[in-house]
Amino acid sequence: MQRIGVFVCWCGSNIAATVDVQAVSDALAREPGVVFAANYQYMCSQAGQDMIRDKIHELGLTGVVICSCSPRMHEATFRKTCEKAGLNPYMVEIANIREQVSWVHKDKAVGTEKAIVLGRAAIAKVQLNTPLIAGETPVTKRALVIGGGIAGIQTALDIADAGFPVDIVEQKPTIGGKMAQLDKTFPTLDCAACILTPKMVEAGQHENIRILSYSEVEEVHGFVGNFDVKIRRKARFVDETKCTGCGLCTEKCPMRKVPNEFNMGLDNRSAIYIPFAQAVPKVATIDPRYCMMLNSGKCGVCSKVCEAGAINYKQKDEILEEKYGAIVAATGFNPISLDKFDEFAYSRSPDVVTSLEFERLMNAAGPTGGTLLRPSDHEHPHTIVFVQCVGSRCDASAEKGKEYCSKICCMYTAKHAMLTREKYPDTEVYVFYIDVRTPGKGFDEFYRRAVEQYDVHYIKGMVGKVVPEGKKLRVQASDLLDDRQLVIDADLVVLAAAIEPDKSARPLATKLTASMDTNDFFTEAHPKLRPVESPTAGVFLSGACQGPKDIPDTVAQAGAAASKVIGLLVKDKLIGNPCVAKPDELMCNGCSSCEKVCPYGAITYEDKPFRGPNRTTVYRRVACVNPAVCQGCGACTVACPSGAMDLQGFSNRQIMAEVDAICR
Amino acid sequence: MQGQIKEKAIALLRSGAADRVLGWKLGEFFYDLTPAVFRTPEEVERDFVFSVFSGPNLSKYLIEESKKEGRVAAFLKPCDSYSFVQLQKEHRIARENVYAVGVACDGMCDMKSIRAHGVKGVLSARQEGDRLLLETLYGPAEMAKRDALPERCLHCKSKKVVDFDEMMGENGTECPDCGRFDEVERLEALSAQERFDFWRGHFSRCIRCNACRNVCPACSCVKCVFDNPDSGVAQKAAASDFEENNFHIIRAYHVAGRCTDCGECSRVCPESIPLHLLNRKFIKDMNELYGAYQAGADFASRPPIMDFRQDDAEPSVIYARGGDRA
Repeated sequence: MQRIGVFVCWCGSNIAATVDVQAVSDALAREPGVVFAANYQYMCSQAGQDMIRDKIHELGLTGVVICSCSPRMHEATFRKTCEKAGLNPYMVEIANIREQVSWVHKDKAVGTEKAIVLGRAAIAKVQLNTPLIAGETPVTKRALVIGGGIAGIQTALDIADAGFPVDIVEQKPTIGGKMAQLDKTFPTLDCAACILTPKMVEAGQHENIRILSYSEVEEVHGFVGNFDVKIRRKARFVDETKCTGCGLCTEKCPMRKVPNEFNMGLDNRSAIYIPFAQAVPKVATIDPRYCMMLNSGKCGVCSKVCEAGAINYKQKDEILEEKYGAIVAATGFNPISLDKFDEFAYSRSPDVVTSLEFERLMNAAGPTGGTLLRPSDHEHPHTIVFVQCVGSRCDASAEKGKEYCSKICCMYTAKHAMLTREKYPDTEVYVFYIDVRTPGKGFDEFYRRAVEQYDVHYIKGMVGKVVPEGKKLRVQASDLLDDRQLVIDADLVVLAAAIEPDKSARPLATKLTASMDTNDFFTEAHPKLRPVESPTAGVFLSGACQGPKDIPDTVAQAGAAASKVIGLLVKDKLIGNPCVAKPDELMCNGCSSCEKVCPYGAITYEDKPFRGPNRTTVYRRVACVNPAVCQGCGACTVACPSGAMDLQGFSNRQIMAEVDAICR
Repeated sequence: MQGQIKEKAIALLRSGAADRVLGWKLGEFFYDLTPAVFRTPEEVERDFVFSVFSGPNLSKYLIEESKKEGRVAAFLKPCDSYSFVQLQKEHRIARENVYAVGVACDGMCDMKSIRAHGVKGVLSARQEGDRLLLETLYGPAEMAKRDALPERCLHCKSKKVVDFDEMMGENGTECPDCGRFDEVERLEALSAQERFDFWRGHFSRCIRCNACRNVCPACSCVKCVFDNPDSGVAQKAAASDFEENNFHIIRAYHVAGRCTDCGECSRVCPESIPLHLLNRKFIKDMNELYGAYQAGADFASRPPIMDFRQDDAEPSVIYARGGDRA
């Protein structure tokens, strides 16, 4: 029989206001096996921990139940306290009477009753607890960064500078991401390329960084410290080691009608292409959808002109298998599709553009060479209407758009408006907004400059309709402050489309067993206290894949993710979790159900000798669990038809005892 | 067929191709055939029976037989062969110790069906084409063989023997239009209360003889959870009669994805509970949620609930199907 001590925490008034803690400790004191029960203001305080330690010594406690906050908060604290007092840390059970009781109930009688029931369940469980000892696993001192935008580049650079090798996997032919497409950056208006490209080059030249461009993560197995990753290196039909990036092939390629995705489809590129001049790696890529040689076997011009002999039409996708200790998701964002926003005539008029397209129209390396021209007739626009929150802050019941604020649009729209007025003072610029949100260092000053110095017409209200009429775009809108309807004949309409996570994020999250929210942003382990870690150990988050972010926030978070990765990789060994699966070999029938459901590949089979009838030995195929690989998810215990597989620390008997205690 | 199969059994034993033969012998009544192992040609000559009543699925017996020394020959009907493959996938049968003789099958008769057609006092039965010729206490009788078939054969999912070393008769094909889910669909269309009443009515007859579990080829655990004191459900007085009902539901969960729909559970039930409908409901749901899957149809595929794919149905799909319609 265990000698159990029960400690009920008030958590100040967090628990005590909704739970009669004295009644809880009195009721739990009467449970079988309980030799001591008390309540205290803050169990997690030094005084509270000392009380636990003293009672373990004084009364020879063999099990401890703490009725307090969620085990996610302080389980580790209390386990350590007990370990220091000489008790096995796995003899501690937490009854969560804060998040599951006081925070969700208002009625004190109900709360008290539920707290007693949860305490009783924890006592029933600890009765069956057995001391567990954690194992150790080595750490592969190498990181994988998925996504080569500014987030991925910064994370990779910081990890590499700390001395650990890093691989960047980028699905596009070059790193750089969205930032490479931007013209100027707010609030300082420095050129995006001028500050990004040095970082791209640094990443390309860093001895600890390997860039796997035009590649995708295919499969991820393993666990923190020991991930096994399969990476698909898509065939670019150009030998990366031979290509010098001279660009002759891209000039000679006869297939020139390929929409240029780098310029948002505003101009065309050749079938063999280098996305932009500062691409890293600066290697050509053949687009297999358009290459005539690959599709019809006729052409071969690039191969003829390439002096390096780098063209290889027979190249196949390659699968790399690599080991990593940590993985960083930095998959970034995209503007949403505007298919469902037909009121803005985006699909009907080429002169209705998204903000990212506008960036390209303003960019010196863009399709117009930096001169702002309308896509339709290449004339200079004299009236420009910017529409903010297109698809952002939409009603949950609306079937289009996102509920969240995309965060960056207010600032970049102010930037666009300001730059337009700066370069073309003869242009009238209108910005329609719901609210202008400018928290951030120097942000509000920036916006005020647009209004006050550059005379941008900021109008509170939404645009209802954009109708192409001849060469003009008739914009119907409402001015909410003046309470009047407006009609503006614009030459160009710019839509600040909401941003959403890249489409590759959802399948990647599945591969990483990392969780996502309903908008497909990766969720962090704790929204405030662990913002760059995914709840999956060893998986970290960098940049806009976690939520909308501007460049300063992205870089800051990228550095934070890197520091977490470094903190993991400097360890030589990781202390494992002893709450792992264990088969009862006498019951196991070797059916392989558990092996099939194990997401970590922790289960193998062995033929083991057993005593048969009449002193014979029979060999039976039974499951074996590798405790270093097992993460204790419990999938196998559910799949096992015979109930032979059990989870240590969460055994079927313990869970049934908890249920019985609750139902008593 | 009886003669040919018996000869084959004798030949296999004589030639040494097999050390034992797994087949059928007479049980209490002539229509009550029971699985049996034959070691000598003489035993086969004396006791071996193959008839229109050779319904019992032999594959489960191969779990123990294939562990013994020497080779065992087994006669497997299409149904049996699905179980045979499924058990191999679960590493329960040592295939190298088995010589599988596939037996073509056009349905195995059931005395309950014969009696239901008003034929009483049957003394013997013989198939002639698609007719069944019977001798009864009251003189000869005749009926369409189809009328003598149990539900599982009327809605036969496949006449194909999936895994065999030798085939007797011509191997058949799968029967995709067997309509085996018609009855499940009828139950699904009922209200939750009506469905509850349907099952409570049937399960109220259950005497927990465990015949369904013992005959089921998917129930091949070394120790069944219901017999394991550690599982907390064995040797315990039922708190309410619903616990016995739960037995069947839990059993259906345990064999989900591994049940080949051989229908043995319903065949052996002394209380005529249509247990196979529970399993068929599971099979139908899995087919709809995860794509068509037939346990035991091949060696490579994975049972859908033991497999994880990125396009798997999200839990919300299951909630959406829930409620009164589930």
